[in-house]
Amino acid sequence: MTAVEDRPTVTVEIGQPRKRKEDYHLITGRTMWTDNINLPGMVHLAILRSPMAHAKITSINVDEAKSRPGVIAVFTGQDFAETQGNVPCAWPVTPDMVNPGAPSLAVTQVNHVGEAVAVIAARTKVEAQDALEGIEVDYEQLPAVLNMEEAVKDGATLVHPNTESNRSYTWPFESGAAGTGKSIDEALGNAEVTVKRRFIQQRLIPAFMEPRATVVQPIGEGVTVWSATQIPHILRTMLSLTLGIAEHKVRVVAPDVGGGFGGKIPVTPEEIITTLVARKLNKPAKYTESRSESLMSAHHGRDQIQDITITAKKDGTVTGLDVHLFADMGAYLRLVGPGVPVLGAFMFPAIYKFPAYRFVCEGVFTTKTPTDAYRGAGRPEATFAIERIMYELANELGMEPMELRRKNWIKHEEFPFTMVAGLTYDTGNYEAATDKALELMGWDELRREQAERRERKDPVQLGLGISTFTEMCGLAPSRVLGSLAYGAGGWEAASIRMLATGKVEVVTGASAHGQGHETAFAQIVADKLGVAWEDVEVIHGDTQSSPKGLDTYGSRSLAVGGIAIVKAAEKVVAKAKKIAAHLLEADEDDLEFEGGSFKVKGSPGSSIAMGEVAFAAFMAHNLPDGVEPSLDSDAVYDPENFSFPHGTHLCAMEVDTETGFCKIRKYVCVDDVGTPVNPLIIEGQVHGGLAQGIAQAMFEEAVYDEAGNLTTGTFVDYTVPSAADLPSFTTDRTETASTSNPLGVKGVGEAGTIASTPAVVNSVVDALRPWGVNDVQMPMTPERVWRAIHGAEKSDRADAGTNAYGGASTSTSDGEGGSL
Amino acid sequence: MIPASFDYVAPTSISEAVSALAGAGEDAKVMAGGQSLIPVLRLRLAYPTTVVDLGRIAELKGVTDDGDAIVIGAMTSHDEIMHDALVQQHAPLIVQATSTVADPAVRHRGTFGGALAHADPAGDLGAVALTLGCEFVASGPSGERRIAAADFFQDYLTTALGEDEILTSIRVPKLGDGWGSHYEKFNRVAQAWSIVAVAALVKRANGTIAEARVGLTNMGSTPLRAQAVESALAGVDASADAVGAAAGHAADGTTPPNDLSGKADYREHLARVLTKRAVLAASGI
Amino acid sequence: MTKISLTVDGVSYSDDVEPRTLLVHYLREQLGKVGTVVGCDTSNCGACTVDLGGMSVKSCTVLAVQADGGEVTTVEGLEQDGKLAPMQQAFHDNHALQCGYCTPGMIMACRDLLKNNSSPSEDEIREGIEGNLCRCTGYQNIVRAVQAVAGSGAQA
Repeated sequence: MTAVEDRPTVTVEIGQPRKRKEDYHLITGRTMWTDNINLPGMVHLAILRSPMAHAKITSINVDEAKSRPGVIAVFTGQDFAETQGNVPCAWPVTPDMVNPGAPSLAVTQVNHVGEAVAVIAARTKVEAQDALEGIEVDYEQLPAVLNMEEAVKDGATLVHPNTESNRSYTWPFESGAAGTGKSIDEALGNAEVTVKRRFIQQRLIPAFMEPRATVVQPIGEGVTVWSATQIPHILRTMLSLTLGIAEHKVRVVAPDVGGGFGGKIPVTPEEIITTLVARKLNKPAKYTESRSESLMSAHHGRDQIQDITITAKKDGTVTGLDVHLFADMGAYLRLVGPGVPVLGAFMFPAIYKFPAYRFVCEGVFTTKTPTDAYRGAGRPEATFAIERIMYELANELGMEPMELRRKNWIKHEEFPFTMVAGLTYDTGNYEAATDKALELMGWDELRREQAERRERKDPVQLGLGISTFTEMCGLAPSRVLGSLAYGAGGWEAASIRMLATGKVEVVTGASAHGQGHETAFAQIVADKLGVAWEDVEVIHGDTQSSPKGLDTYGSRSLAVGGIAIVKAAEKVVAKAKKIAAHLLEADEDDLEFEGGSFKVKGSPGSSIAMGEVAFAAFMAHNLPDGVEPSLDSDAVYDPENFSFPHGTHLCAMEVDTETGFCKIRKYVCVDDVGTPVNPLIIEGQVHGGLAQGIAQAMFEEAVYDEAGNLTTGTFVDYTVPSAADLPSFTTDRTETASTSNPLGVKGVGEAGTIASTPAVVNSVVDALRPWGVNDVQMPMTPERVWRAIHGAEKSDRADAGTNAYGGASTSTSDGEGGSL
Repeated sequence: MIPASFDYVAPTSISEAVSALAGAGEDAKVMAGGQSLIPVLRLRLAYPTTVVDLGRIAELKGVTDDGDAIVIGAMTSHDEIMHDALVQQHAPLIVQATSTVADPAVRHRGTFGGALAHADPAGDLGAVALTLGCEFVASGPSGERRIAAADFFQDYLTTALGEDEILTSIRVPKLGDGWGSHYEKFNRVAQAWSIVAVAALVKRANGTIAEARVGLTNMGSTPLRAQAVESALAGVDASADAVGAAAGHAADGTTPPNDLSGKADYREHLARVLTKRAVLAASGI
Repeated sequence: MTKISLTVDGVSYSDDVEPRTLLVHYLREQLGKVGTVVGCDTSNCGACTVDLGGMSVKSCTVLAVQADGGEVTTVEGLEQDGKLAPMQQAFHDNHALQCGYCTPGMIMACRDLLKNNSSPSEDEIREGIEGNLCRCTGYQNIVRAVQAVAGSGAQA
């Protein structure tokens, strides 16, 4: 073995804006979306969905449907009543949480519009859809349960007949009792200044661009499942537990997955139904939802009533925060649905040094689509409430809102800091991010312009909004999850396989759906093993090739999955070092690993590259005694703490006071996500996050009418913003390395969404202060803004859909389209 | 989603189309560009037995000069209209309003005649045609007839076209010199239909507004003319105050819808604000 | 069934289709052109955008029979001799995609935009792609990609 003298200098990959490895097949249309899969003999499914929000099923007649051309089978809930189990919920947040059970196909009763009632398997998708019209269902209608506060009153109509109340759980926290701070009652009693607000977190729809699809192939006793899911590993375990298929007989593949944003976290009724039908017919089966099915039956997010009380001294020092939430679970508890609002418990105090804090969350059943995670999951709600109430407190005190924040936030030299909610934030530098953001914004100049516009009574007013947010991500330390009764751990797994030719395979349990894992993880491995970035292949999303993992959500892939990869790489290096020492005839302790080569300290010219060691291990002709011929290594990493990205987001909004139309003039954010691995990907995550956070503030809402029909049942009325509705963002970063992990990284996937919503709402409220406005309900439609200006106390929207396409919504309609 | 099954005919002349429609029975549907019909079919909100596709009839396409009017073939696409020299010269209001319809891909397929015959009160072109005083030319088994714009729009998604008739062209009167125009559209997101929009045509003379016409989109079950505004504007000074005062009548007599985009009172308010803006812009003030 | 003949990405096809068959379903299910995808029911999202007769159309809002005799280009037909089309390259260079589901339609819409306006302003770009929804990128890098191609003077 000869020493290699002329290796090119290995550049440091971590921190480089590498263009993505993932792109080629996506920009050329050589994709593997689940709906692209066609297997020999495959049947196509169509699902009949409830047009009723709440009804007993009195009879279902499928005879005519069965006789339709191409129809192979029709199944109702009765057919699967004994075998379908319940759609799993893995988060019993309290010991007494009520979970009434959730059938995949309704058996005796439907509890939300869009609930699956029957399934047709046919030769083609067209035949399956046509045959839906041959199924007759008789319903006995029950009153819809839509309002959470009404639903928890005595005597309210029960969503589920097998429960005693529509309250699923009450989850309390109080700092005095918990020993993390003082008594909230004392803080409330002794307050010099008290501000109370009720904020409405409207119901949102994740609206990933790829509708969900599932293909199931029965193989002997087992199944292979392809699904548009964020969680192939959890799905495998849950399908096994739910349907009684041994786990080792279940393979789950998440092929190309077109976005998730939390919307593809839960195990879905459709995945279970497709599996049941495929096994019953012993044929491959495919189900792909339409967009309108997706909007009404894939889970929704947010939907909270937040009653917030903040107390402070007259000088602005905050003294207490009291939070009460009603959280709408919808009709059923989905995989992590009950835990979503509870995650917020840790984030309401945000970056501020509250001495006393209380949080009470009541999870409530309604006859609406179930809720679960949507980008941020519990944290955007909390960040919204605290950043809004801080604005209101500043207004009450007559302080500049940033000064109030500066007075109360944790100073950078005070980290690590244990919060009143119990978490210990490892690092942060709110001053640095804020100073940079204010400068990029030209804040003082905009304040002057705002004053001028007010002075001259310009119909277009300017408002300035702030959000100095933090969030907890990198879900999650398993012990913390255990203390919250979550039904799994929070670790992540990685394997590194050194191939004979020096190429590297990295297997991760984090399953990507747009985030760029293949690119960023390869950068980490290239640095840690000193190999070329191009020589690293990242493998994910198939339980057969990446058998162990807990998947992708909660901004965890880098901060948890990435660290697992680092740990596996360290093991590879340790194994290689033994072999390198043997080959270099040196003592292991005399070797250093640098730039991809093992070198004998003080002996330049005597070195061996990682690739050569890998080849030597493969050949195994000359290995030290007792050393196995492999460098391959596995690691499972369980984080000790969350990561706490933070940042300062600033929004300048022009409000047309004559029409209520709001236009973002400038949006600046400075995020601190720790040490950057790939700045290009970070920027993309921030952009997309901002768009979704701004969309909550301004555009999106799932609206139900009085009968419980979803009136925003198509993209005509569920208004996802287009390019023309959003501004260009000014994004920048500060870099305060996390001290909780060896890369110094923090999560970035949700930061933009969590931070932006309150900045936007604050900007509109700020513009309208001269009118005495202190809130505008989201989404801040022009109508709501106009009503706020004109003193409307409530700004309910009409709940009828627009008349486009005959007012298409989930309500049954035989509307005439007219002559087109 | 997939439409329910239907028969399909694609005639190549107006007379063939009229015969095809007559032969197809009462549940036939005429398809122009299909940009509204196909989503309705996909959502299974309509179940036509036969779709009569006008897309292969060459004589329905294009814009011609006919002396005191330009004639727009019903199957001329939005995109073609936006780039047509005759329309640009004689009816810039149509160009401006058309450029706000849907998005570029939809404008490639969607047609002027199709949008008008669909008669969605939230559609932008009805108020424009009404304001311009267009004539609608229809062909049926008993031949061709012209329908005044004021008579064409009868109710929500309902026009004066008989079930056996096809809209073949729209005659747009040339306005002559001295007219300005503006289409002021208000919607929540770029892609959305108008919450309210206002089409304004103004002829100025000697510092006054000699004549004004104002059309309203989505302020009732059909496109409307704001006649009280038009009367109030006639002869007034071309000033913001005078226009504003006249625009205060914009919602008179209207019955706007209550829906997700806005309740009726908000639409009434918008009509007044947007009318003022549209008239001022059309007046060059 | 109705007989149709058309060219898709340079290949001639002749098939019997039901009149109700949407062009996108014909492309995906009969021709195996699964690069073009479906994202909605109401022609809002634009994921299915293809070129028909030299113009962008939403292939979920065109019947296959309407495309009879036409020439269709999908995202699968852009790469020539192993070389990405400039807009494809620009999407890669500018990180203009994340999950990639909207990308086929978005690339087709962006190409069409530059065909009609070779040096659009930022507002014109944003309005030009308003019929194509992306949930991942916030559009900023898509705008950059279009600007990059416009600035290079290349055919999109």
